[in-house]
Amino acid sequence: MAFFFEVLIGGLMAGVMYSLVALGFVLIFKASGVFNFAQGAMVLFAGLFFVGFSEMGVPTWLSLLLTVAVMVVLAGAIERLVLRHLVNQEGIILFMATIGVSFFLDGFGQTIWGSNVKQLDVGIPTDPIFLMDGDILIQSFDLWAALVAGTLLASLVVFQKTRTGRALRAVADDHQAAQSVGIPLNVIWIIVWAIAGLVALVAGVMWGSKLGVQPAIVGLALKALPVLILGGFTSIPGAIIGGLIIGAGEKLAEVYIGPFVGGGIENWFAYVLALGFLLIRPQGLFGEKLIERV
Amino acid sequence: MLYRESGQYKTTYSADQAIFTIPQDRVFFALMLLVAFVGIPLVATDYVYTALLIPFLCLSLAALGLNILTGYCGQLSLGTGAFMGVGAVAAWNIATRIPDLNLLVVFALAGMITAAVGMFFGLPSLRIKGFYLAVATLAAQFFLPWLFVKWGWLTNHATSGVITAPHLNIFGWEADTPLEKYLFALGVVALLALAAKNLVRSNPGRQWMAIRDMDIAAEIIGIRPVVAKLTAFAVSSFYIGVAGALYLFVYLGSTEPDGFGISLSFQALFMIIIGGLGSILGSFLGAFFILLLPIFLTRVPPMLGFDLSTAIVAHLEFMVFGALIVLFLIVEPHGLARLWQIAKEKLRIWPFPY
Repeated sequence: MAFFFEVLIGGLMAGVMYSLVALGFVLIFKASGVFNFAQGAMVLFAGLFFVGFSEMGVPTWLSLLLTVAVMVVLAGAIERLVLRHLVNQEGIILFMATIGVSFFLDGFGQTIWGSNVKQLDVGIPTDPIFLMDGDILIQSFDLWAALVAGTLLASLVVFQKTRTGRALRAVADDHQAAQSVGIPLNVIWIIVWAIAGLVALVAGVMWGSKLGVQPAIVGLALKALPVLILGGFTSIPGAIIGGLIIGAGEKLAEVYIGPFVGGGIENWFAYVLALGFLLIRPQGLFGEKLIERV
Repeated sequence: MLYRESGQYKTTYSADQAIFTIPQDRVFFALMLLVAFVGIPLVATDYVYTALLIPFLCLSLAALGLNILTGYCGQLSLGTGAFMGVGAVAAWNIATRIPDLNLLVVFALAGMITAAVGMFFGLPSLRIKGFYLAVATLAAQFFLPWLFVKWGWLTNHATSGVITAPHLNIFGWEADTPLEKYLFALGVVALLALAAKNLVRSNPGRQWMAIRDMDIAAEIIGIRPVVAKLTAFAVSSFYIGVAGALYLFVYLGSTEPDGFGISLSFQALFMIIIGGLGSILGSFLGAFFILLLPIFLTRVPPMLGFDLSTAIVAHLEFMVFGALIVLFLIVEPHGLARLWQIAKEKLRIWPFPY
């Protein structure tokens, strides 16, 4: 039983990491209806810049600030160069455009900072913690990750209540109505992408400290897609809970089903789970029931 | 001046329904075929065949398949790589287990198996669309290569997990040299492209396009979405499967079954975006472009005096691809094929544009 809980907790913690990426997706999707495939690349991009600044001897707080600045500039550039020209296009076109953005960021970050695995240490403790008389082992790092995700979620919820947050939700509801009450769409989009960039930075720092900052992060971030299907595209709590379910589910499946089929099912379990979910409840656990008739 | 259709009257229905309605196009296309079948073999070297032309033919067939699904029927798929893998593994299995079977039959069977698999993964499209479907096809992309590796029977329990294509033998004609392989691939691709061209301008193709443009309206005018979507998945997967089989038999020779990864899927998607969504010609233009670009990027900077490391070139390639995708989507959503069409329209009135 202790083993089960250890696997479960390990999975939940991995799920927190997926949630961090999924949060960025949800934010952008809610506010602009853009399904941002580039979120994973943004995680890598932010991580690379952060590590890059740190390696140049810049103190941690300053490199954090600098990376924030980079992400804000990036948000502005994406709005100015990509989104503005694609207003009123179909969602699928925007989606493909973000695939392009994703490749661009992937290549750009690596052109500047190289593609080696970079160790990132921001001083998060990594000692193991033992629970239940040493039966269950938890990495304290994972607890920190959960804490960070919780803080992020809380601040996002608070942010929704602010003036800007309300404007964001208005834009999410109806572009035209929001514009007619005087909310500047372009500014809102920059804000949304900047926030998504910040979320990506947090995710990049957490993933980077866990796995090292490396290009493989982009591939791992693809796992955020099934998380979204599960949690619903428009729900912030859904992103968190979906991440936890996916994380725990794939670890448990790997441990308990994996041996019967030769292992390695972690790679696709999340997607197949999402596939099943799509057939039964396409709007996800918490999503709005907005699926168009097909 | 040369490209003017005034004075050319169509007097029969069949003349009106021809693929190329004016003689200039027919002559041009015949010349293209002549160049492909006769001209290129006269001049090309083995390097050009193996590094450029053969992968171009295989990938353009895959892009054509994806274009049927995404460009004509509007269903986004990120599983092209995996479906190519299905075609390759199926063809390999059939060819090794039934050695006497004609290679063309092997390819057709492999395509049909892929079509069945594609239809299965296309089932969610009946309830969902857009990027939801993209996630569903991602499931195929991650699940299938895993299956190839783990299910030993598929690779005949080869310890290394590598499958090696048998000799190409078509009606007793052994295709061993790059030239012969090229001609074989060209023949297959040309036939399938002709079939696709006719398919998309007849009933099934029009159903797909109606579904793509507005599914509810299509349903109201009597098109059954279930049938239209699943046939699109089946036909598309058939093409992709044959492309995968060609990719293994003619280009790679031998591969690990999990070599059909997500990068191949993205490559195919980029080909159709840059080449032109919903255009047969576009699939070929896009494939050509996507294959030439890396070669261009590795060759040109050294000529200009920049000495870039291979890693930098690889990253630059990513950047250029990404930027081009965005650029094409903004400037010319219909891709290179549309540019070609515009050029032809300009040519009609050239040199007196008024």
